[in-house]
Amino acid sequence: MDSSLLEPTLYIVKGLLIMDNDGNRILAKYFDHNIFPSNKEQKAFEKNLFTKTHRANSEVIMLDGLTCVYKSNVDLFFYVMGSCNDNELILMTVLHCLYDSTSQILRKNVEKRVLMENLDVVMLAVDEICDGGIILEADPNAICQRVALRADDIPIGEQTVAQVLQTAKEQLKWSLLK
Amino acid sequence: MNFKRDKKEEESGEASNPFGNLEKTTVLQEARAFNDSVINPRKCTMILSKVLYLLNQGEVFGTTEATETFFAITKLFQSKDPILRRMVYLGIKELSHIAEDVIIVTSSLTKDMTGKEDLYRGAAIRALCTITDASMLQALERYLKQAIVDKLPHVSSAALVRSYHLTSGSGELIKRWVSEVQEALNSDNVMVQYHALGVLYHIRKADRLAVTKLVSRLTKSHMKSPFAVSLLIRIAAKLVDEEEKPLDSPFFDFLESCLRHKSELVIFEAAHAIINLKNVTAREINPAVSVLQLFCSSPKPALRFAAVRTLNKVAISHPTSVTNCNVDLENLITDSNRSIATLAITTLLKTGAESSIDRLMKQIASFVSEISDEFKVVVVQAIKSLCLKFPRKHATLMSFLSALLRDEGGLDYKAAIADTIITIIEENPEAKETGLAHLSEFIEDCEHTVLAVRILNLLGKEGPKTKQPSKYIRYIYNRVILEQAPVRAAAVSALAQFAAHCPNLLPNILVLLMRCQMDSDDEVRDRATLYFQLLSSGDRALTNQFILNNLQQSVLALEKALGSYLQGPTDAPFDIKTVALASVTSDELKPTVATPGILKTKPAEPKKAPVKEVSFLDEVSNIPDLARLQLGGLFKTCTKQPLTESETEYVVTSTKHVFSQHLVLQFHVQNTLPDQLLENVKVQLDVPDGFRQVAVVAIPKLPYGTPANAYCVLAWPEDLEVASGATIGATLKFIVKDCDPDTGVPDSDEGYDDEYVLEDVDVNLSDHIFGVTRSNFAAAWEEITTEREETYALSNANTIPEAVKNIVDFLGLHPCDRSDRVPEGKSSHAVALAGVFRGGIEILARAKLVLSDGVNLQLTVRAQDELVAELITASVG
Repeated sequence: MDSSLLEPTLYIVKGLLIMDNDGNRILAKYFDHNIFPSNKEQKAFEKNLFTKTHRANSEVIMLDGLTCVYKSNVDLFFYVMGSCNDNELILMTVLHCLYDSTSQILRKNVEKRVLMENLDVVMLAVDEICDGGIILEADPNAICQRVALRADDIPIGEQTVAQVLQTAKEQLKWSLLK
Repeated sequence: MNFKRDKKEEESGEASNPFGNLEKTTVLQEARAFNDSVINPRKCTMILSKVLYLLNQGEVFGTTEATETFFAITKLFQSKDPILRRMVYLGIKELSHIAEDVIIVTSSLTKDMTGKEDLYRGAAIRALCTITDASMLQALERYLKQAIVDKLPHVSSAALVRSYHLTSGSGELIKRWVSEVQEALNSDNVMVQYHALGVLYHIRKADRLAVTKLVSRLTKSHMKSPFAVSLLIRIAAKLVDEEEKPLDSPFFDFLESCLRHKSELVIFEAAHAIINLKNVTAREINPAVSVLQLFCSSPKPALRFAAVRTLNKVAISHPTSVTNCNVDLENLITDSNRSIATLAITTLLKTGAESSIDRLMKQIASFVSEISDEFKVVVVQAIKSLCLKFPRKHATLMSFLSALLRDEGGLDYKAAIADTIITIIEENPEAKETGLAHLSEFIEDCEHTVLAVRILNLLGKEGPKTKQPSKYIRYIYNRVILEQAPVRAAAVSALAQFAAHCPNLLPNILVLLMRCQMDSDDEVRDRATLYFQLLSSGDRALTNQFILNNLQQSVLALEKALGSYLQGPTDAPFDIKTVALASVTSDELKPTVATPGILKTKPAEPKKAPVKEVSFLDEVSNIPDLARLQLGGLFKTCTKQPLTESETEYVVTSTKHVFSQHLVLQFHVQNTLPDQLLENVKVQLDVPDGFRQVAVVAIPKLPYGTPANAYCVLAWPEDLEVASGATIGATLKFIVKDCDPDTGVPDSDEGYDDEYVLEDVDVNLSDHIFGVTRSNFAAAWEEITTEREETYALSNANTIPEAVKNIVDFLGLHPCDRSDRVPEGKSSHAVALAGVFRGGIEILARAKLVLSDGVNLQLTVRAQDELVAELITASVG
C-alpha cells in the first residue's frame, strides 16, 4: 500500500471550468500540464464531463482520475477539479467561492448572456481565486472587492440607450419574479 | 405569447453576445486600437477580453502574432482605468509563454507593484513573477521580500504564492526569505497564514527537526483558517507516519483533537489522515470512522462522497471497523449520486457477510448500466475479492459477471471482468467449468483482439483438463473461421493443446488443422503446419516438448541472442541453451487482493522496465574490461542484496549475475557524504578456494549523490559442490578527497587511501538454479530418467506451508501446477518443482512432505546430469 497520506502542498486545484448548457467552454483554466498537456485532451475531458454531469445535478463526480465538484444555474455549469485523493470539501469551498463571486459580479443574474457581457470581470475573478493551482482567496466578498467590481459607476448619460433599456428590463423582470 | 417573447429574448441574447463567432484575424486587427494616441478604456477592455477569450478557447497564436499583440498591450499601461489595467496583467500572463522579449514590461510592472494604487499591487506581483526567470529574480528580491510582509493581505498572499511557484526553479534564493515568511505566518489574515505555512514547509521540508518544531509551535496556537489547519494536519500526519510508534507522537493527539474542530473540512482532513496512517490499529481509527459515519447522512453530496470514498479505503485494511457503518452505507445505495452509490456498494461488498451477497448483487444489477466505466471496474474488482473470500458464492457472482460481459463497455472494463473470471477459475476448481463456458461464449462476440487471444490461451490450457473437452472445440474453431489473424493464430495453438492432451480428439483436430493450413495469414499457416506435423508424427516426446511445455527463454533475450548470432559466423548451429530464461513473471505472483487504491481510476501504468537480463547484457557490452571476457549468455540475475546498513556513509548493494562459466558481482555504490569525492573505488574480494578472480572494474570517480557500479568477475570452480556454497568476503577500497559540498570540486589534489569493510557475499545453490514453469509437469517428468532420492527430517520448519516455502527458496526451483499452495489442515502434501541448472541442465523435483513431530521430506530429483541431481539431494538437510 503506497502511502495514501496527502502530500502537504499548496497545489490543490487542477482546474476551473465554466461551460454553457451545450457543453461549450466559456472559461477554462487547467493547472496540471501532466494531466492535460494540450487543448485536445482538455476538450475531450470537457465533453466527457459534460455528458456525465449535465443531467444529474449531484454535485460531485469522479472522472478520469479527478474529483470534479460542480454546480449549475440556468444555462451555466461551474466546475472545480482536483486530484482524486484530495479533500473534496476544499474543492467545494473553491467552487462556492467561484459561484458566489460570479453571482455577485453578475448581480445574481447567473446566466450565460449576462456572464458574456461581464466576461472581463469574471476572468479577473477567476484569476484572483486561483493562481497556478494554489487557492489564492476563497472569500467571494474579498474577490469582488479585489476585482474592483464596476459598481454602477457609469453615469447614466454615458450608457447607450440599449444598455439603459436592458437594465430597466432586468429590474422589471426581477420585480415580476418576486 | 409568453413563448414568443422568450424566443425573441433568446435571439437578442445571441445577438448581444460579443464573443459569438470571433475570428482571430479580426480580433488581432481590432487590437490595433491599442496603439491609438488616446485610449478608450471600454473599447480596449472589450478587445482585450476577446483576445483572452480566444486564447482560452484554445486558439493557437503564432510567436509573431503573440509578440505583436503583447507589445500592443504594453501600450495600454498609459490608461488609468483599473479594469483595463488588470486585464493588461492577465494579457501579459497569458501571452508570456508564447511571445518573445516579454521582460520589456518589467519596469512598468515593478512600478505598479510598489505604487500607491493598492488594487494593482497584488496582481502586478503575480504578473511580474510570471515573466521573470531565476537570473532576474535577484534584482526583484528586495521588492518581493517587502511584499511578503506587506500589511495588505492580498499583496502578501500574491508574493507568497509566487515565491512558492518559484521554489521549484530557484530554491536557494527563497531560502533567504525565511524570516519574512515567518513574519507572514503570524498575520491575522487567514489566507496569508495558509500560504505562509505552505511556503515555510516547502523551504524546510528536508529538515525534519525544523518541521517538527514548526508543527509543535503551530499546533498550540490556534490557526483560524481551515485551509491552514488542513495543511498542518497533512504535515503532522506525515511526521506521525514516519515514527515507529505513531501513537506515542504528540502530533497524533493533535490529529485526534482536529476531529472535534468546528469546520467539516478540517474534520474530514483529520479523519482521512488518521485512517491512512501506516501503523494504526482499529482502536485508533474508530473515532475517525464514527466521524465519517456521521458524514454519511449529511445532506451535502460532497460530504457523503468524501466519507464513503474514505470508508471504502478503510474497508480493505480494517473491515471490522467499517461494519458499524453498514446501516448508513445501505441507505446510500439508493443515493441519487451514482458515484456515491457505487462506492457504498463496493464498501459493503468488502465488509459484508456471505448472506447479504445475493441482495447486494441484485441492487448493483439495477443501476450498473448507468455508471461510468471506471466505476464498473471498481465494482468488478470488489466482486473479485468477494469471490476469493466466499468461494461458495461463485455461482451468483459468476452469472452476474457474465451478464456484465454481455453489456457494452470499453476494453479496460471488459479486461477487468475477464481477469476476474480467470482468477476465479484458477482459485476455485468448482467454478472452472461454468467460468470457461462463460468465457467461450464471450469470445463469440468480442471486439477486443487482445482479450480474445488471452481467453483462447486460457482455454487451451484449462479446457483439455475438463470433463468434456470436446465442447470447447466448436467455440475455438469458430474463431478460426471468423476472426482476424492474431485471434486465428491463437485459436490454432489452442486446438493443438487439446489434441496433445486428449488423444481421442486427435483425429478430428488433425482434420481441422489441415484446413487451417490453407489460411491466408502466414503466422496462422505456419502454426497449423507445425502442429499438424508434430501431432501426426505421434511422438509423445516431441508433442510434450513443443506443445505442452512451451518456450522458457525470455523473448527479448532470444531476439538479442539471435541478432548477435547472425552477425557472427553461422557455421555452428545456434544453441538455445545460452539464452537467458524468462523469469516467472511477477504479475502471477502478485497478491490476488487488488491494490487498495482501486479508486485511482487511471492507474499510472509504469512503463515496463526492460527485462533486466537484457539491460545487464547491454551494460556489460559497454564496459570494455567485461566485454573482453566473452561471458556469453546471462543465465540468471539474483535479487539485490545490501552489503551495508542503509544509513551509512557509503551504501553498497550487490547483485550476482550468473553466467555459464563466470560469476559477475555488480556492486552498486553510493556516496552519501556531500563533502567527499571518492576516486578509484573498487571492491576487493577475499576469493575462496576453487574460485579464480578474472577481472576487477573500478569506479574512477564517485561524487556525492550519483551512484555508480563497480564489478568483480570470478570464474566458477570445476567442483559443483564448492561452487554451490561459498562465502566471499568483500572490502571497499578507495581514495578520499575532501571537497566543497556545493560545487563538488575537491579542495586539493591530495587524497588518502581508505577502506570500508562490507558484509560477505554468499553464493548458494539457488544461484545456480533458475526456476521455470512447466505447464505439463507429468509429461516432462517421464522424459528424464536419471533420478536421485533422499529422505530428510526438516528441523527448521514446523508446518507444511512453512516447509514448502523454505524448500522453494532454498532450491530456487519454481513450483508447478500451483502445487505450492497447501490446502489447510492436511498432514501431507506433494510439491512439483521445475528449473534449469547453470549450463542448461533441466531439473525436476518432487517433494513429498509429511507432518509428524516436525516435517519429514522425501525429495526425488530428476535431472539430465547425474552430478547435478546428486548435488541437489546432497545439499538439502
